[in-house]
Amino acid sequence: MSALLVEVSSISRSYSMRSGMFGRSTAVHAVDGVSLTIPKGDTLGLVGESGSGKSTTGRIVLGLEPPDRGEVRFDGKPMAILGTPAWRAQRARMQMIFQDPLGALDRRLPVATQIREPLDIHGLGASAEREDRVRELLRAVELTPAHGGRYPGALSGGQRQRIVLARALATKPDFLVCDEPVSALDVSIQAQVVNLLCDLQAQLGLTLLFISHDLRVVRQISNVVAVMYLGRIVEVGSADDLFARPEHPYTQALVSASPAPGRRSAGRIVLAGDPPNPAARPQGCAFHPRCPRAIARCASEVPVLSSVGGGRQVACHLVTGPRAETRDAA
Amino acid sequence: MAPLVNIEGLRVAFGGVPVLRGVDLTLGKGEALGLVGESGSGKSVTWLAALGLLPRHAKVSGSVSLDGREILGAPASLLDQIRGGRVAMIFQDPASALNPVLTIRKQLCEALALHRDLSGKTVKAEALRLLNLVGIPDAARRLAAYPHEFSGGQVQRIMIAMALAGNPDLLIADEPTTALDATIQAQILELLSTVRREMGMAMVLISHDLGVVAENCDRVAVMYAGRIVEQAPANQLFADPVHPYAQGLIGALPPLDGPRRRLTAIPGTVPDPAHMPRGCAFAPRCVFAAEPCGLAAPSLAPIADDRAVACIRAEASRRALLGIAAE
Repeated sequence: MSALLVEVSSISRSYSMRSGMFGRSTAVHAVDGVSLTIPKGDTLGLVGESGSGKSTTGRIVLGLEPPDRGEVRFDGKPMAILGTPAWRAQRARMQMIFQDPLGALDRRLPVATQIREPLDIHGLGASAEREDRVRELLRAVELTPAHGGRYPGALSGGQRQRIVLARALATKPDFLVCDEPVSALDVSIQAQVVNLLCDLQAQLGLTLLFISHDLRVVRQISNVVAVMYLGRIVEVGSADDLFARPEHPYTQALVSASPAPGRRSAGRIVLAGDPPNPAARPQGCAFHPRCPRAIARCASEVPVLSSVGGGRQVACHLVTGPRAETRDAA
Repeated sequence: MAPLVNIEGLRVAFGGVPVLRGVDLTLGKGEALGLVGESGSGKSVTWLAALGLLPRHAKVSGSVSLDGREILGAPASLLDQIRGGRVAMIFQDPASALNPVLTIRKQLCEALALHRDLSGKTVKAEALRLLNLVGIPDAARRLAAYPHEFSGGQVQRIMIAMALAGNPDLLIADEPTTALDATIQAQILELLSTVRREMGMAMVLISHDLGVVAENCDRVAVMYAGRIVEQAPANQLFADPVHPYAQGLIGALPPLDGPRRRLTAIPGTVPDPAHMPRGCAFAPRCVFAAEPCGLAAPSLAPIADDRAVACIRAEASRRALLGIAAE
């Protein structure tokens, strides 16, 4: 196994929320005891529905937010304190891409200037070299230097996301957090950006944390996938195996809910109820009120994420012990 | 059987820029038709134009008939009976379609009074029945609640209840699950198919998600740049797409099982409606484009029972099949 670039050990983060003007403030546990590791050059996919804590996890991993508990280690060293020179040096090695490229770009600046900005901020290269680097980056994301003179408003959604990607790559980062990077794009453009990300990762040896609600896109790009539900990881496994043979009842429902051309909805698992409010998380396993297989123990005892063999980890009272031989062989 | 809706040569232009460039579509009674295509392809505009819901500066021409009766440009009094009565529509963002300061009961009863001429006790009983039908738990008590007290999935259920208030023959669902989480999307799609079966209602499902359309529709029409480029039964379209754009859309979808392959992305972007290429609008992005593609836009021609494609390659293969090309 190659060395780990990112090690996240049992991080938690809660926010206090007041209900109404005179209401008592309650703690919302956005992330609760999440541990992850990403080897160098790998992609970890993080899936879950809204409110599952996947974006908060991404922000903590990037050091944009401190965890209440737990620790994030980057390249073997703990995350530097926010705002210090050490933090700045570390931050140049990690970048992020979000869902809305128009919101991430300044509409009043030509895009080439925006790609150049991180080079100026981190003082990388002489002025002329920076110009060259911008042209090189534009070519890397399959745009022409002519695109650099345009304003974000004059580019299509897919082109804007390429600009954001070029800017993120400017400092030659080792690690990229992508939070729903293709969710706002049409399917044909989405495929272009996904292919580009895969190519760039292979060329530059990037390590990715890829956050998305879209199982198809996550499977396409990830080596390992972690499924989150209400702030906790409920299942981890290799991408192909996890989606082919989900073990946790929630993962099973999620995979079954993903519509596929050529398959009628027969045999679909349709979960009852809404995803519960993170501010009022159920006792025991957070999924038990919607789980078709829940037993009495699920309502009282929180299941621990534990290995079931074959590189799979599951947090469910009903999934125990090593998986059947036939499954491991697959 | 006479079609429920027949659209012929529907064209729409905003400020001289054509966005819908001749759409022909028929919909049978009780049929579920899927409409797929990328943003700006004209999926929603087709139905907004058909129902007279576009702003006045939009230039609309062509013909739309409902049960043999022309409704395009019909007087407001007729359209008011059709909209919400015979044809109902639900949208992507259900929360903005409800009035936040009125209770659900008030809004449901309003729709019922308007389209079903019910009053007094019967209207309240009917409102309760509808809310139960769409699966809102504890419906009797929840009638007194306001929209913000419901979750996103529940608000979409309430919108479906309101759409059903007029006992419509046709429900147009415009991206009804796009804003919802995966497990909630599955719930809403199941509800729509149950309701449709029970009420014998026709449905047009507009979506950018091929999977959603494939699973919930009998027939699918693929739109590109204001035209229909392929129309086929759902299972046939996904098993064997003919138009290069339909092939591209399906190839661009990452598989959920089986071996991983590189996605076949469609190069380039959708053309700007103000600068539409001559000939086939898809030609600049098409890997099979040849010289004749730039000359004239191919028309939607039948290639088999219930299948039609607008592509000169499909026409050529059909001619070869019929032995016409030899002449």
